[in-house]
Amino acid sequence: MQSTTQSLDTQCRSDFPVLERRVRDDKALVYLDNAATTQKPIQVIDAITDYYKNHNSNIHRAVHALAEESTEAFEVTRTKIAKFLNVEKSEEIIFVKGTTEAINLVANAWGRDNVQKGDIVVTTEYEHHSNIVPWQLLTQETGAELRYVDIDDNGELMLEQLDEHLATGKVKLVAVSHVSNVLGTITDIKKVIKKCKDAGAKVLVDGAQAVPHMKVDIANLDCDFYAFSAHKMLGPTGVGVLWARKELLENMKPYQGGGDMIREVHKQETTWNDLPYKFEAGTPNVADVICFAAAIDYLTKIGMDNVRNHEIELTKYALEKMSKVKGLIIYGPKDTQRQGGVISFNFKDVHPHDVATIIDKNGVAIRSGHHCAQVLMEKLDVAATNRASFYIYTTKQEVDVLIDSLEQVAKVFKL
Amino acid sequence: MSGDPIYTEMIIEYSRNPSNFGKIENPQIHRHDSNPLCGDSIDLYVNVDGTKITDVKFDGKGCAICMACTSVLTEMIQNKTLDEVKNFQKDELLAELGLEHLIKTSPVRIKCALLSLKALKYGIYSYFTEKMNDVKAAGNLKEEAASLY
Repeated sequence: MQSTTQSLDTQCRSDFPVLERRVRDDKALVYLDNAATTQKPIQVIDAITDYYKNHNSNIHRAVHALAEESTEAFEVTRTKIAKFLNVEKSEEIIFVKGTTEAINLVANAWGRDNVQKGDIVVTTEYEHHSNIVPWQLLTQETGAELRYVDIDDNGELMLEQLDEHLATGKVKLVAVSHVSNVLGTITDIKKVIKKCKDAGAKVLVDGAQAVPHMKVDIANLDCDFYAFSAHKMLGPTGVGVLWARKELLENMKPYQGGGDMIREVHKQETTWNDLPYKFEAGTPNVADVICFAAAIDYLTKIGMDNVRNHEIELTKYALEKMSKVKGLIIYGPKDTQRQGGVISFNFKDVHPHDVATIIDKNGVAIRSGHHCAQVLMEKLDVAATNRASFYIYTTKQEVDVLIDSLEQVAKVFKL
Repeated sequence: MSGDPIYTEMIIEYSRNPSNFGKIENPQIHRHDSNPLCGDSIDLYVNVDGTKITDVKFDGKGCAICMACTSVLTEMIQNKTLDEVKNFQKDELLAELGLEHLIKTSPVRIKCALLSLKALKYGIYSYFTEKMNDVKAAGNLKEEAASLY
């Protein structure tokens, strides 16, 4: 990283080798699919190489030097994550393979013992499939009911519906995104959590699109479960985190049985290991957890407020320019104070895949599809949307390339 | 962007004004299919008299490539016999719109182009096996449909 007097993208861009790529007839890559996964800085890439070259070993068991080093590095990541999220007890940080697994862990290990017939689980219309399907499975199995909080025309949650659900007195859990992966809407999460606490319901927050982009202070949030993924925040794929309150984790049954999660195993019975290992059966993704620490270090050095401010500036710039493109419909709040660096849009009468194909020829990578949010697509009454999403290395020049490409689409389709 | 290899005038025109767009009530052949990847979702309706196709319609949502290819497919099979349509090859359909290159250049978009043909082959397969109880006539349509992309 270079000096801090420059804009964030200028400071960090040279740390990302892939951004030098030329694609599609030698066009400079314009990577605007960061909500799907972010690129990785050289520091993270080097960390994984270093691990396999110099330290590779299984962890938590052997006493040899490499095992000790690997175990320590693995646990250092846990401590760094705890600090990054302002979590006091690092044993509340459980490593999983991603946000999806974190939510499934809660649905299985907590849900099955705490949600019964007649109870209600609440989710929202702007959830990713990973925060809908596990609750469908749970409620179908237990005979509980799954209810939704709908969104309004600005793509924001209609919290009066949450009040109605909570007023039944039957809500056991509310599962909600901190930031919508499609609309970029930032949930008024403290308000949601307060309402749920007042009504005695537990809250699970899907933070996959929040932790990478803004300061998240779990101690201050007062939720019960919080989930996110490493690969959306400069880290490797295959690593995610579930944070949960210690007293909940202690009372939950294990999610999977196997090595590492046990204290003593006998023919007919087993006692569980301490937290967090009780929920980390089998050899974990050691290498990727260890190199995730390099991503946390990178973001810590930048400062999450700077990340957020950079995205606010880019989103404002893009929204202004996009609002002038003929035939373009933008979904979501369209207000950078209430929106992350994600913009979903469609052209009137043009399918998102046609848009993505045309602009891909200019080297612009956006996502088109239902973004694993078909419930939301139904609500918007579209088959799919296009989504441009920004990150620390995104430049205004790249937004300009996007805008030029969108104008090309309008021209091809004679809008 | 003149000379775009995909978005020709013809494809844009078909996507705006698809042929045979609509629904047939109680059709003899009905098949719904979708591409979960891109969200193309169509319903294909076919009526037959004996073994001859008398009416074809489709509705749904899809990209320009999907709409254009489905339109052309419905035009091409109108008034054909099921035996003729059974042997219909993907190259014939793609050639009609100048999209043969998609097989090599775009493994993603080829699915948009061939969704309707897949639906048709499955639809005829079900018609033979379920309504006519004629497994022999159905041949290997199911395998063919599955191997389109």
